[in-house]
Amino acid sequence: MLIIGEKLSIIAKRVREAMMAKDKGPIQEIATRQWKEGSGIIDANIGPAEDGGEDLMQWMVTTIQEVVPLPVCLDTTNFSAIEAGLKVHNNQWGKALINSTSNDPERFPILELGAKYNCDVIGLTVGNRGLPADADERAAIAAEIMGRAMEYGLPLENLYLDPLVLQIATTQDQARHVIEAVKLFQHINEPPMKTVVGLSNISNGCPKALRPILNKHLFVLLMDAGLTAAIADAKEMAEVMEEKQLILDVYHGKEIEDKQKMSEIKKTLDVILGNTLYAHSYLEM
Amino acid sequence: MAFTAPKESYAGKVYSVTIGTGDKAATIGGENVLSFHSFEGETPNRPLVAFEIQDVPPTDWPENVRKVFDGVSDDPVKWAKYCQDELKAKAIALRLVGTHPDRENRSAEDAAKTVREVLAAISVPLIILGSNHAEKDSSVLIAAAEAAKDKNCIIGKAQEANYKTIAAAAMANNHKLIAMSELDINLSKQLNILITQMGFDKERIITDPMCSALGYGLEYTYSVMERIRLAALTQNDQTMQQPLLADVGMYVWKVKESQAPESDLPQWGAAEERGILWEAETATALLIAGAELLIMRHPRAAAAVESVIEELV
Repeated sequence: MLIIGEKLSIIAKRVREAMMAKDKGPIQEIATRQWKEGSGIIDANIGPAEDGGEDLMQWMVTTIQEVVPLPVCLDTTNFSAIEAGLKVHNNQWGKALINSTSNDPERFPILELGAKYNCDVIGLTVGNRGLPADADERAAIAAEIMGRAMEYGLPLENLYLDPLVLQIATTQDQARHVIEAVKLFQHINEPPMKTVVGLSNISNGCPKALRPILNKHLFVLLMDAGLTAAIADAKEMAEVMEEKQLILDVYHGKEIEDKQKMSEIKKTLDVILGNTLYAHSYLEM
Repeated sequence: MAFTAPKESYAGKVYSVTIGTGDKAATIGGENVLSFHSFEGETPNRPLVAFEIQDVPPTDWPENVRKVFDGVSDDPVKWAKYCQDELKAKAIALRLVGTHPDRENRSAEDAAKTVREVLAAISVPLIILGSNHAEKDSSVLIAAAEAAKDKNCIIGKAQEANYKTIAAAAMANNHKLIAMSELDINLSKQLNILITQMGFDKERIITDPMCSALGYGLEYTYSVMERIRLAALTQNDQTMQQPLLADVGMYVWKVKESQAPESDLPQWGAAEERGILWEAETATALLIAGAELLIMRHPRAAAAVESVIEELV
């Protein structure tokens, strides 16, 4: 499992301030920590970056790679900022990853960049007609993105399909469709397509204490479904490895010794799989 | 081979909730099937239509529904008696809208007095509603709940912002409680959990997922109600097995279709009939979605809904 460290995002206040001030300290500290925690790629999310996006992305890529021997995931909707980042990306530590293209024609040029710079590209399985309803719709969009990738000269092994994790607090039934989509994506090509998710979106809007619990359980279910990579908190995901077997045991109907843990796992699996209705206090019921 | 109709069976059941006291007490809920699916299981109680009255004259109601209550609506006691005695209402919903700070800003004590007077005048169950001002409702509904102590009323609406005080008042005075959330099934469940975590009996709650009128989001209310009911029945979700409220009149009689005069929109037909139909249609849709308690304004719309219920039970 490849973890794409999610912590360098413009949404986080400390990161945003460092980006604005071009203060390398916090960026390098966070990047280093994520590398030590097991990230294989560092995500650099600079947002839409309409003004000065090129400079900012180049600064992020070089700042990160100065201290961390890893590739960077260039995460922005600004096309020219991505290209600027790719120009300075140090490929000695692996291929850069672009986040992302989709089935929206406006996002097709990203595939061209992927082909030109021989990097990896995330293909978000949404079109320009709203969110996909289920796994089949995601797979249909995936097939279109794959066709488009070949047309633009991007090898399919450079493409990661992303089924789009949605918030459990508002669109609960999408969680099981995402798990199903990860399975389906692997069947639509030989060798199987690579898959990726933005994991923590599942718990966006949930109480803070619940977030790691939901993230970890979804992660285990997705791993079980064959997921290749996740944009996630590497520390949280390292912790999952200790709980993985317990979660899978409960998932497969086995009893585990720790009854309290078992109840937490069962309840969490039930909300992710849509067997019980989500509420912020679901663990207390 | 003879045809056998397929039958669903469900794991869960809606709680039975009784309101009022004496001969005129009414019970809603209790079914273990979707609305009116009496061929599949138990449907022991009919949905209940409550007539809406106010503590202050209904100056904000459109003429076509206001005029029905001319001569009685200047006094909540007369109005309540008229609904009970003349219109044969099986329940009354008293909305203390006059307590809203932007309306008459009546005090909690005045509201309590109105509650006492109305209760003394009627024998059918009473639903006591605040003005939907979260802060003011806290004090008004505490006073109202005390004034109605042991009359087994429904007090509402408890929302996320004020549920603690209102639920405590309902609990201390032996009332049922409306828990309202805004068209969000997960928050509806959450509010029920929070209220029960205070020690309030889950079988004394009525869930209001928030109403909307035909053409103004009715499908959202319909969908949330239906999903709540499916969680109650198919998932046996004990936090979602309360009877459902459709607070229809208030939402219907403010939309354009229930008030625009025929002179302005001749293609829409007679305004009065249109308003009545709008209320009856909205209420009927929500009955099918799962509502067991409806609060309505126009007697002819209420009568139309009663006849639908009569045909479907």
